[in-house]
Amino acid sequence: MSHEVPYIGAIMEAISLEMARDESVLYYGQDVAPNDDHDLVKAFGRDRIRVSPISETAEIGMAVGAALSGMRPVVELLMAEFMLVAMNQVVNEAPRLRYMSGGQVKVPLVLKAGFGFTAGWSGQHTGTIYGMFTGVPGLKVVVPSTAADAKGLMTTAIRDDNPVIYLHNYLLTLEHGDVPDGEYLVPFGQAAIRRQGGDVTIVAIGWEVGLALKAAEQLASEGIQAEVIDPRTLAPLDLDTILTSVEKTGRLVLVDQATRHGSFSSRIAADVAEYGFSSLKAPIKQVTALDATIPYSEPMEAFLLPDEAKIAKAVHQVLGSTPVAA
Amino acid sequence: MTQLDNDRLIWIYTQMLRIREFEERVKRTFEEHPGVIRGHTHLADGAEASIVGSLATLKPGDQLMATYRCHGYPIALGTDTKKMMAEIYGRRDGLCGGYGGSMHLVDPSVGFLGASGIVGQSIPQATGAAYAAQIRKQGQVVLNFFGDGASKQGAFAESLNLASLWKLPIVYIMENNNYNVATRSEQEDANAAAGEPLSVKAKAYSMPGVTIDGTDPLAVYDVVEAAVARARAGEGPTLIESKVYRLSAHGNLIAPPGVPLHYPEHEAIAVFGNREEYDAALRGDPVPRFRMRLVDDGTLSSDRADAIAAEVTDEMQAAVDFGLASPFPDPERALDFVYA
Repeated sequence: MSHEVPYIGAIMEAISLEMARDESVLYYGQDVAPNDDHDLVKAFGRDRIRVSPISETAEIGMAVGAALSGMRPVVELLMAEFMLVAMNQVVNEAPRLRYMSGGQVKVPLVLKAGFGFTAGWSGQHTGTIYGMFTGVPGLKVVVPSTAADAKGLMTTAIRDDNPVIYLHNYLLTLEHGDVPDGEYLVPFGQAAIRRQGGDVTIVAIGWEVGLALKAAEQLASEGIQAEVIDPRTLAPLDLDTILTSVEKTGRLVLVDQATRHGSFSSRIAADVAEYGFSSLKAPIKQVTALDATIPYSEPMEAFLLPDEAKIAKAVHQVLGSTPVAA
Repeated sequence: MTQLDNDRLIWIYTQMLRIREFEERVKRTFEEHPGVIRGHTHLADGAEASIVGSLATLKPGDQLMATYRCHGYPIALGTDTKKMMAEIYGRRDGLCGGYGGSMHLVDPSVGFLGASGIVGQSIPQATGAAYAAQIRKQGQVVLNFFGDGASKQGAFAESLNLASLWKLPIVYIMENNNYNVATRSEQEDANAAAGEPLSVKAKAYSMPGVTIDGTDPLAVYDVVEAAVARARAGEGPTLIESKVYRLSAHGNLIAPPGVPLHYPEHEAIAVFGNREEYDAALRGDPVPRFRMRLVDDGTLSSDRADAIAAEVTDEMQAAVDFGLASPFPDPERALDFVYA
C-alpha cells in the first residue's frame, strides 16, 4: 500500500517513523521545531527534538559525541554549504574516529542538508558540493531523486552505523510521489534504472534525473532509446549496474549539477573508462555545471546549468550524429 | 578540604607516578630505540596532579574526552599500559590495533571516548556525549580536557554556549600551561594579555568559571568534585582553568623521515630563553611534591613509597618490552574498519 506525499514530507515521515521505532534517534538543528506545539515535539519531547543556535561546528561535533555515546542523531543542516563551516567535524572527525580506534567505536549519524537551490539563491546557497565528501573513506553520501527514495534512503541512513550525508535537492521539495506506507528501506549501493533503453546510457544524479527522463522522451521521438540510471547513493556507488548498462549500449552520458571539476560524474567516468573501456563505442560525455560560482541573475544561472537540450546534444554527440568537440 | 581516606590518597599518588613513568619511557624510546615511534607524541608530564585529581571524582558510567595529549587519562582509569605502549609503537596488539597511534587513544570500556588531533575539536564532541548523558537520565557526567590554546577555537565558544543553555552535565577542564605550542598565552589571548585569568571566559556563557592550582591534586579534586556534583544535579556545566606546567616540549620534533625525532628543549628555553621559568617549574614538580607531602604527614611511609616506585618502574618496563615484542599488523588490515 502506498500514499502520495511531497518529497519533503517523505523525508520527515522516515524521520518520524525511525524516532518512534528507536529511542536513540535524535533530531535537532537550526529552526527545528522551535514551537512546542510542533508534531515532532508532541510525539518525542524536548529531549530528542531540540532547536540549536547557528553553531554548525557544535551541532555536528555534538552529533559525533552523542553517536560515540550510543545515540543516533539526525542533524538538520538546512543547506549543504553550512556543512562547510564545520568541515573538520564532517571530514576529519566523524568518518575517521572508528578507523583510528581500531573498530572500538562507531559514529552513527545523519547530516541532512538541502542542496542545489538554483532558483536565484545565489553563489553561497546553491552549490552542488557532494564532490567534497564522496571519496572520504568512512563517509556515505546519498542523493534521493524521488519521494519514495527520499523516505527509503533516510530510513536506511538512520539505521546505518556510519556517518551519512543525506542531500535532498531543493528543487524537488514539493515533487509529489507515491511512497510506500509504513517502514520502508532503500538499500545503499543499489542504483535504480528509471528508464530502459538500448542506445545510450544516461546516468543522472538528483534533480538531473528528471531532466534526463524528459530528454529521453524527446530522444525517443527521434528513435533513440536511452537507458536512464539513478545511482541514488554516491558512496557507496553501484558501479555494476552502470557497467552492465554500458556493456549493452556502448555509450555513456553523465549528468551532474555540480561543476565539472568538482563533479561526481567525473569519478563515474574514470571508473567506467577503466573498468568498461572495451564496451565503449564512443568517448564518455559529461553534462555538468560549467566551472563558475552560481550567479544570481536568472539567464546567467541557467547558462551554467545542465538542461534537457544539453543532455540531448550530448547523446547526439556520443551517437556520432553531432561532432564530439564541445 | 576534602576528606579522602589514606587508600584514596595513595591511589592518587600512584596514578600520578604511573603517568610520569609511562611518559618518561615514551620519551626515552626516542633515544633508546630510535625509529620505533613515528610521527608526533605529546606528553602529560607536569599535568599529573590535574589529571588524576580530576579523574578521582568520577563514578563508573562517567565519560571523558581529551586532546592528542591523551596518555595520562586512560592510565589513571586502568587501561592496560602494555596495549597503550604497543599502540604508540604502531603494533598489532596496540590499544587501537595500530590504527591511531599516540594522538588517538580510545578506551570506551573505561569511559574514555577518545581524543582529537585537532585543537579544540573534542570540545563539541564531549558536549554531545553530555547531551546523550542528559537524556539517558542515569546521572552520568562527562569531563572534557583541553588546553588553553583550544579556548581560542570557535568550537569552544559554540560548545560552552550550548552546554550552558541546555544545562548539560559536563565539566570543562582547561589545562592552562601558558603555551600553545611555541606561543605564550599573552601573545594570543585577550584575557591573558589583560592580566585576567582565563576562567573569565565562563562569564560569556553564563556558567561558573574558576581558576585552580593544577599542581595540587587535592585542590583539583575539591573543585572538580564540586563541579561534577553540580553537573550531576542537573545544574549545568562549569569551566575550570587548571594551571599546570608542561615539563616537556610540546611534542617530539616534527621532521621528515631520516631526522631523529627526539624531544627538543622546552619552548620556554628554546624560544624565549627563559631558563628561570623552566627551572622554577622543575622545582615545583607535582609528583615528588605530592609524595613528600604524603610521607611528611604520615599517610605514606617511605618504604611503601619506594615499593610503589619499584612496581611502577616494573610495570612501564613491561609495557616497553611488550610493545617492542608485539608484531606489526598485517598490511592488508589497513582496509578494515573503514565502515561499520
